[in-house]
Amino acid sequence: MKVVNVAIAVLAGLIVLLGYFFNSSGLHELRSPLLDWAVTLSGIAGLVAILNLVFGVHLKRLRENHPRKGSSVVILISFAVTLLAGIFLGPADEGFQKLVTHVQVPIESSLMAVLAITLVFAALKILQRHRNWMGFVFFLSVILFLVLNSGVLAFTSEVPFLRDILSSLHQIPVAGARGILLGIALGSLATGIRVIIGSDRPYNG
Amino acid sequence: MTGENLLGFIVVLFTALGIAFFSLKRIRAQFPAYIRKIPPIGRLKRAIGLSVEDGSRVHLSLGSPGLSEPAGTSALVGLSTLHRVGQLSSTSDQPPVCTSGDGNFTLLSRDVLRGVAVETNTYDSFDPDQGWLTGITPFSYALGAMEVIKDPIVKTNILIGTFGTEAVLLSTTAEQRESFTLAASHSLVGQAVFMATSRDVLLGEELYALPAYLNYRPAHLASLRVQDVLRYIIGAVLVAGTLMRALGIL
Repeated sequence: MKVVNVAIAVLAGLIVLLGYFFNSSGLHELRSPLLDWAVTLSGIAGLVAILNLVFGVHLKRLRENHPRKGSSVVILISFAVTLLAGIFLGPADEGFQKLVTHVQVPIESSLMAVLAITLVFAALKILQRHRNWMGFVFFLSVILFLVLNSGVLAFTSEVPFLRDILSSLHQIPVAGARGILLGIALGSLATGIRVIIGSDRPYNG
Repeated sequence: MTGENLLGFIVVLFTALGIAFFSLKRIRAQFPAYIRKIPPIGRLKRAIGLSVEDGSRVHLSLGSPGLSEPAGTSALVGLSTLHRVGQLSSTSDQPPVCTSGDGNFTLLSRDVLRGVAVETNTYDSFDPDQGWLTGITPFSYALGAMEVIKDPIVKTNILIGTFGTEAVLLSTTAEQRESFTLAASHSLVGQAVFMATSRDVLLGEELYALPAYLNYRPAHLASLRVQDVLRYIIGAVLVAGTLMRALGIL
C-alpha cells in the first residue's frame, strides 16, 4: 500500500512539473484537476489543523485546568466570535473585514514595536554571541550600512569621487544577497526534486 | 516550448539524474563525499544526545511556510530533520514536538512523527498532539510557539523553515530559557534576524545540508554534490558572461 501511495504522489508531482515546461493540452487537462484537488486538500488540512488547535489544545487545557487556561479562554472566545461573524456576515462583508482588521492590525503593530526594541537590544549583544571574525564583520557591516542608509552622507552626491565610492559600497549587500539566494535556490531545487522523484518522502502514506 | 522553459527542464532533468547517480551505492563507495565541518550542526548533534540522556525534549519549529510556495522547501527540509531527530531521540522518554504555522505542514509533521514511532517501535507512547498548529499568521504562530519554547522540559530548539522578523520572538525566548537553539531560514530577513539573536545559525544553503549532516538518507548527500556541480556551472557562466561583456562580445 505504501508503494502505491508513493507512486501516486510521485506521478502527480511529475505531471504538475512537466505541465510547467510543456505546453501540451493533454498535460494541461491532467494538471488542472490535480492542482484543484491540491488546493481543496490544502484548505481542508488548514481547517483540520485549526480545529485541532481549538479542540485538541485549548479546550483540553480548560478541561485539564492548565496554568495558562486564561489565554485559552481568550483564544476560544475570539475564535467563536470570528467564526460566527464570518458565517452570518460572510468573509467579504465590510463589517466583518473591519472587525477582524481592527483587532489584528493594532495587535500586530504593537508586536512590531516590541520587535524593534528587541532587535536593537539583540544587535547590541552581537559581539557577545559571535566572538569570531564573522560576528565582527557582521557587526561592522550593520553599523556601516546603517550610517550609509541614514542619509547623513547625502552631501557626498556633490563630490564625484566620494559618490562613486559610496555607490560601489551600496552594491556589496546586493552581491552578498545574490550569493546567498543562489545557494538557497539550488537547495530549494534539489529538495523539490528529491521529493518529486520519491527519494525524500516527508509523508509516510 | 520557449528557450527559458527548455533551460529549466534541462536543469531539472540534470538535477534529478545527478541525485540518482550520486545515490548509487557503487558511486558512493568509489567516490566518497567530502563534507566540510559546520560547527552549529556538530553542537546540535551533541544537544540531541544530551536531551536523550537528561530526558528533556527537542522542539522543532517549521515557521509559517506555504506548501505551494517555493519557500516551502525549507520546511520540507525541516520535516526531514524532524524524521532524523525522531530517530536519534527514539530512546528518550520525551519524543520531539513540532510546531508550524500551516495546516498542511502540521498534518505532514504528525505523519512524520507517527512514521518514526512505527519505525522505532515506540508507537505506544506516540501522541498525535506532538505536531500542532500554533497560529495561522506569522505573529500568532510565533506567540504560540513561544509557549512551547518556554516549556521547562524543552531544552533544544531547532528553528528551521520559513521565518521573517517574528523570529526575534522565538530566538530571544529560547535564549532567555538558556536552551540550545539552532536557527535557519531561507529568507534573508530571517537569516539577518537569527544572526543578530542566536549563537548557532545556518546561513544560505547550509539549511538544505542539515539532513545530510545528520546522516539521514544517501539522497541528501547526493543532492549536496549535485548542488556543488550546479554551483560550479553557474559560477563559470557568470565569469564567462562578465568577460564577454567586458570584451564587448555580449
